[in-house]
Amino acid sequence: MGEPMNISKIKSEIAKTSSEEVLNSYLEKINKSKINGYSTVYDEAVEEARDIDKNGHDGILAGVPVAVKDNISTDGIPTTCCSRILEGYTPPYDAHVVERLKSEGAIVIGKTNMDEFAMGTSTETSCYGPTLNPWDTGKVPGGSSGGSAAVIASDEAPVSLGSDTGGSVRCPASYCGVVGLKPTYGTVSRYGLISYANSLEQIGPLANNVSDVAIMMDVIGGHDTRDSTSVSQKTNYQNTLKDDVNGLKIGIPEEYFGEGIDPEVEESVWNAINKFEDMGATWEKVSMPNTSYALSAYYIIAMSEASSNLARFDGTQYGYRADGDNWHVMASRTRAEGFGTEVQRRILLGTYALSAGYYDKYYLKALKVRTLVKQDFENALSNVDVLMTPTMPTTAFKLGEKIKDPLSLYLADVNTVPVNLAGVPSISVPCGFSDGLPIGLQIIGKHFNESTILQAAYSFEQNTDYNAGRPGEVE
Amino acid sequence: MAEENPDGVVIGLEIHVQLNKLNSKMFCACSTDYHNSEPNSNTCPVCLGLPGSLPVINEKAVESAMKVGLALNCDIVEQTQFHRKNYFYPDLPKGFQITQYDYPIANDGKIVIESDEGEHVVRIKRAHMEEDPGRMMHIGNIEKSKGTLIDYNRSGMALLEIVTEPDIRSPKESRRFLDKLRNIIEYLEVFDSNLEGAMRVDANISLQGGSRTEVKNISSHKGAERALLYEIMRQKNIMRRGGEVTMETRHFDEEKGCTVGLRSKEAEHDYRYFPEPDLTPLRVADRVPKVTKTLPELPDAKRERFLSQYGMTEMHAKALTSDIRVSEFFEEVAKEVDPKTSASWVADVLKGELNYRELTVDAFKVEDMISIIQMVTQDKITEKSAVEVIRQILDYGGKPDEIVRENGLLKVEEDVVSKAVTETIQENEQAVNDYFAGKEKSLNYLVGQVMKKTRGRADAKEVRELLVDKLNK
Repeated sequence: MGEPMNISKIKSEIAKTSSEEVLNSYLEKINKSKINGYSTVYDEAVEEARDIDKNGHDGILAGVPVAVKDNISTDGIPTTCCSRILEGYTPPYDAHVVERLKSEGAIVIGKTNMDEFAMGTSTETSCYGPTLNPWDTGKVPGGSSGGSAAVIASDEAPVSLGSDTGGSVRCPASYCGVVGLKPTYGTVSRYGLISYANSLEQIGPLANNVSDVAIMMDVIGGHDTRDSTSVSQKTNYQNTLKDDVNGLKIGIPEEYFGEGIDPEVEESVWNAINKFEDMGATWEKVSMPNTSYALSAYYIIAMSEASSNLARFDGTQYGYRADGDNWHVMASRTRAEGFGTEVQRRILLGTYALSAGYYDKYYLKALKVRTLVKQDFENALSNVDVLMTPTMPTTAFKLGEKIKDPLSLYLADVNTVPVNLAGVPSISVPCGFSDGLPIGLQIIGKHFNESTILQAAYSFEQNTDYNAGRPGEVE
Repeated sequence: MAEENPDGVVIGLEIHVQLNKLNSKMFCACSTDYHNSEPNSNTCPVCLGLPGSLPVINEKAVESAMKVGLALNCDIVEQTQFHRKNYFYPDLPKGFQITQYDYPIANDGKIVIESDEGEHVVRIKRAHMEEDPGRMMHIGNIEKSKGTLIDYNRSGMALLEIVTEPDIRSPKESRRFLDKLRNIIEYLEVFDSNLEGAMRVDANISLQGGSRTEVKNISSHKGAERALLYEIMRQKNIMRRGGEVTMETRHFDEEKGCTVGLRSKEAEHDYRYFPEPDLTPLRVADRVPKVTKTLPELPDAKRERFLSQYGMTEMHAKALTSDIRVSEFFEEVAKEVDPKTSASWVADVLKGELNYRELTVDAFKVEDMISIIQMVTQDKITEKSAVEVIRQILDYGGKPDEIVRENGLLKVEEDVVSKAVTETIQENEQAVNDYFAGKEKSLNYLVGQVMKKTRGRADAKEVRELLVDKLNK
């Protein structure tokens, strides 16, 4: 078992040696790794490390390597969404979050593996092959930000960025035993995040502990004029985190403990809730009656938006281009050859849902369900401060186990997608193990109330040791 | 008398107006000056549709659109929203166009035009904002092209699509409508009609008893009349032969002046409109009072004012206000010289010379017009010379006084002419006698002599009158 790394350890390491040395030790680990957590490793980052060593930097992340999900645009580093269709595409600009990271001195060490276009729960649909779960290489790391979670667990990066459309940060955080936050919709600018489902997704940090997630949020959050849905102001979570849940009111939505939940997962989550009670919090059961409709509504909205978002990949300007006598043939072939099966399935379903005659039946109805799900959260969170649920109903499943059965994969997202429909913040923290595989506790808060869920997660972490060990090197 | 429309022609227009006077595009900060720029130089991740880029609404574009809506007597919507119109085309970098669907910025307006029976109202159904696609350039011709180049400088330009009700009854009326529309929008300073692609028209047209066709790709207000004339003739001939006009979209071939079938309406795209998730709905109702205040005097109001303020003729008032630049030019001139005289010179002479040369009034300086009119009113040059000066300036440039001097156009003062006449009578006894003997031709000789003395600068007609006058005293 290894020990989890964190930002403050890295910074003292850098102070003792240099950014370059720290970065190189990470690059060495990555080169030896078998988990396939990165889609692109950016060796040239050494130049930036040298620059920081030479000229100094007073940023909070000065010299700290950060892994960035492959759907977040990085100037000069290929950004492919792990799809063949973006083969060879290197953005000419940085996403807002990457600009923020760089301005604090962080070094992008590489792009992390993911489900193609963030469509998946297992990181198996990547065109670069699956990422393996560092705790058990026969298991999936979760998805779609599987690479971003796995490289933290295997210490191939101290912190990373993922994106969460329906659980894509929290699911792999849960499966890989790390901390992952999906911020309130509008908290982090999406400028530069390659859209899958715009109205649902947010970029979120993953790290070994809650403090690091708080630091990352302070860096990447805040208003950006280039994203019209960005609303929040700068925050200072890192300096306000306290080990204190006295009087915290916890709501337990029964609907999240329903059919399909693994008994050991359920037990671990209840142990966590009891632990909170021991620490001074209170809990009560709450009802969220529309939960059962959330999954279908989520998939209709996500696929509809995706069908439009992914229309731009036609081989005209960038990325993969197939042969064809004319533009229409070229564009059709490009899309047929460039997109993987799951992406094609979602584009087709989304196109269908938006079509004349079906729009009211599917898309419009899904929007109505979304409103109901939102109301569920408003009602529930009017009486309690946070909601607690299992992040995932099970621990990590076997590679290849569900990939042929999309419906069973979609069902795995049942506890995470309602959060995206409502736009509220949610964090996954380790709360136990089953057969050596990590279990995640999901803590959901009110809109823009990240501080409460961060503090709850932090307090839990301070009073438990589920987050103390790491699987060590994977050979 | 109702306008004659025996064929029951019904025309509705969709006019794309490019808000090309804005400094930046509809959803990004890129420059709108694509006419003078290298291809693909005014681009950024947003208007290139690069993955991860997001649109941001140009507030100035919204206000320009509101101005147009208000000037067209429309209601401005409380809250407007953008939608995505999904279709694949090489010039469309995102695979969808951001446009407006069920919450267009403006609804239910009208434009009053003149028709043969007096005023005619064309109702405006709606006006909505959208983004322009890129511009395709085919290497060789469109049918047998080796390749196509795309210039994204135009991509993301703010467009306003104005949709009329089917209230237009002839190609002539459509031309009048488009002229009036263009005139109004130019008054608002949001659009320059002289730039290529500034105004593009799609026309829906049907005859009594026939189906409606849509003619696309009419690239100017001038082309619309031609396209409609052709299409009416085509539909009439089909019906005359007992055929049926099918509902379809047709393409206007500007060069050949005809319309060509593209696709039948049944094969129409399903655009799968849905609300643009990257843009939140925009409340605009609160801004209506502020925008209303910025509305300038519009053509009809200005025409009325010209009539009462300057006492000019209806014809002059119309001619001067049908182009905002001309009206402004006139008012500058009228500050210095008599307005009625100015009106005549600007409306009758200058406008004609400009039209002949396909120039705008920007090609002529106010100060030059003033100085030319002053020379005429001070009797320094003849009206004919003044026209000559205007032509010279337009064709070769130069200053009015220089042109007058170099061409010897200055009128000779009368006492000089008078003196020359007296001298001529004294010096040509024989010719004078011949004149009194009834030889009319000798008068021509005498005129010639006077002209010689004045080196041709005298007015021959005046000289003749003066001679007769003096001889008969």
